[in-house]
Amino acid sequence: MAIVQPKNQKWRVFFAHAFLWALIALTVFPLLAVISISLRPGNFAAGGLIPTEISLEHWKLALGFSYQAADGSLVEPPFPVLLWLWNSIKIATISAFLIVAISTTAAYAFARLRFPFKRGLLNSMLLLQMFPVVLALVAIFAIFETIGAYLPWLGVETHAGLIVAYLGGVATHIWTIKGYFETIPVEIEENAKVDGATHWQAFRHVLLPMAVPILVVVFVLAFIGTIIDYPVASVLLREESNLTLAVGSKYYLNDQRYLWGDFAAAAVLSGLPITLVFLAAQRWIVSGLTAGGVKG
Amino acid sequence: MNATFLKWPLVAGIAAACLWLVMAIMSTGQMAWGIGALVLFASAFWVYLSRASFAYRYLFPGIAGMVLFVAFPLVYTFQLGFTNYSSTNLLTEERSRAYLLDQSEFDEEEALGYSLHPDGKEFRLVLRNADGEPVWVTGPLALRSGKMPPLITPHPPAQASFAIGEPLPLRDLLSHRQVLQQLHVHIPNGPELHYAGVREFAPVNRLWKSMPDGLVQEVATGVVYSPNRDTGFFENAAGERLQPGFKVGIGWKNYARLFGDPDFRGPFIAIFIWTVVFAGLTVVFTTAVGMALAVLLNWEGLRGRTVYRTLLFLPYAVPGFISILVFKGLFNQNFGEINAILDALFGIKPAWFADPLLAKVMILIVNTWLGYPYIMILCSGLLKSIPADLYEASALAGAGPLTNFFKITMPQIIKPLTPLLISAFAFNFNNFVLIALLTDGRPDFLNTKLPAGQTDILVSYTYRIAFRDSGQDFGLAAAISTLIFILVALLSIVNLRLTRSNEERK
Repeated sequence: MAIVQPKNQKWRVFFAHAFLWALIALTVFPLLAVISISLRPGNFAAGGLIPTEISLEHWKLALGFSYQAADGSLVEPPFPVLLWLWNSIKIATISAFLIVAISTTAAYAFARLRFPFKRGLLNSMLLLQMFPVVLALVAIFAIFETIGAYLPWLGVETHAGLIVAYLGGVATHIWTIKGYFETIPVEIEENAKVDGATHWQAFRHVLLPMAVPILVVVFVLAFIGTIIDYPVASVLLREESNLTLAVGSKYYLNDQRYLWGDFAAAAVLSGLPITLVFLAAQRWIVSGLTAGGVKG
Repeated sequence: MNATFLKWPLVAGIAAACLWLVMAIMSTGQMAWGIGALVLFASAFWVYLSRASFAYRYLFPGIAGMVLFVAFPLVYTFQLGFTNYSSTNLLTEERSRAYLLDQSEFDEEEALGYSLHPDGKEFRLVLRNADGEPVWVTGPLALRSGKMPPLITPHPPAQASFAIGEPLPLRDLLSHRQVLQQLHVHIPNGPELHYAGVREFAPVNRLWKSMPDGLVQEVATGVVYSPNRDTGFFENAAGERLQPGFKVGIGWKNYARLFGDPDFRGPFIAIFIWTVVFAGLTVVFTTAVGMALAVLLNWEGLRGRTVYRTLLFLPYAVPGFISILVFKGLFNQNFGEINAILDALFGIKPAWFADPLLAKVMILIVNTWLGYPYIMILCSGLLKSIPADLYEASALAGAGPLTNFFKITMPQIIKPLTPLLISAFAFNFNNFVLIALLTDGRPDFLNTKLPAGQTDILVSYTYRIAFRDSGQDFGLAAAISTLIFILVALLSIVNLRLTRSNEERK
């Protein structure tokens, strides 16, 4: 803190606090509003932030239960939220594992092995990662339609196809893991090789255990990136039972069928696990990136 | 040592499977895909079996993944922009022609009614004429086996050695429908009859006849259609077209349409301008808010900064698709919370989704909400690098906080921040998810040839052309994508130059 302070320091602090709380009220308002709306009866009510009436009907629908409305009719869940959540988690977990496996082996090659075209490959990978996948959607759809004609379990509308589509986005992760590997001294593996280990054994038994923090980081980043993806999933998945959460949530707010309250409950329900993973990720990312001593 | 026993048989097995796949692809005429698959498998085998390519074994999955799903789509999209690939022109010419030649209809005049009769465990088909008299009886058919011989020849009732009793009721007849559909009954010295519904077997007439040189002739009228390789349709002399069309290369026509056709060019340019404005203003607003907050939260005179930082970071922690849809509901004109509050305070209910300007304002508000935490964190990190004695000196000189900000803070962090701002610009230039989920590009422009939205950005417009609305014009979408590629490449080059010059300066 500066030794010299202006005279109106107290006023400045007061106004700063006031301003920050006003700003926080604005930014956190949408999140609080959603929770309140999920507890409000009906899909069209207007009301204040604190609900005057609490109704658990939207939560019941979000969890997959039907309930009986006041007029005696049976209200069924409009969309299979838990199924979508399961689809999302399943696809994200498998994709993340595969992405880590592929990125780690490639990063090992870039960090430790010598081979022709190394610089060229690195630079072209950097260049390729700058193109957003949104632009290649037509091509991706065409690729999977063709694959689906010969291997139907891998084509459009399949989860396997979607997982394979996500395996192309490994450039950033290769870069991250490569950077981490380069901070680990080569001598340790070379000692292992002197003792008779092959390349693969040195990689598997010596380097990998030391790299666990960064692998966890990449896993979490890949998991989050896959679970929130909308463009690729919306192109490859169309049938309602196949959808992921990111694609399916949109159908709640159709102009002809506007289910605001139901969506609010589904959003809070589905947002919880994902937000928790996201916040945990922040902690891991910080500790993972500094634990290996990634310098500079 | 045990592994080598299994190695070669396993390799041979996998090789056989790969070759079978390549053959299957090639047999349907898709030479390009077949060759591509062959190259992929061949390189995989070489990498994993040859001694020379040891390092590539580790690289292969990663590089193959990137080539297949990043590099190849780029090239494919590029060449697609030069074709007329769309939902009306989806097939190759051969497949389109084969489809036409397959079209057939039942000949009602030669149709015969039928009934099914049980014969022990099997069944007999009895074909009847218009008066209900049986004219033909087939041999015993094992309908329950599910499979029928390709052709069955029936006999006149006298020769059939079968007493025609009560026919099966309709319900039982329906249960054998699947198998009956496979039956082809060849009347001796007569036509071949196919299953034509629950009551009739009828001969099948093809609608189109194959002519030499790839032409087709409509049997009913005798009109000949020839494939037009410029437009991708079968056309007759009068210029009438047949569906389905086929895919042809059309050269630069898609691009000519984008820049030449005024009905198209108008909305395209408007969308392009809005994309640039949207990305630019997003960067400006998020940077203003993020930097101001970072500076404020860096002030040691303020207590509880960690609490503030966590709370203000929350918008970034909630997954994008959820928060965008939440805003979609909040901004709803009739029952959204925001309009409820505005109505209570000022008595106005802005039409956020119907009015184009308000829709754009809403998009910018939401994107600022989504984006400022990222800039805030970035700036917090960068602020740490400014030496504290600069502020001491300025306090001694009697300068206020604004002077501190504009003369010390800003110049110091703007340099390392610029490449990150350019990346943020490039990201928002293609921020498909926000537009698709929030407004879907609406409200639409009036009187355009293809539906275009006033809040559409280039990528969402491309998506709309390719996957929705009228025509599903993949070729046109690919052409627009190629243009965006070029823009993104230019931005990336600028970004790379700046980062390199930054590092050289250090």
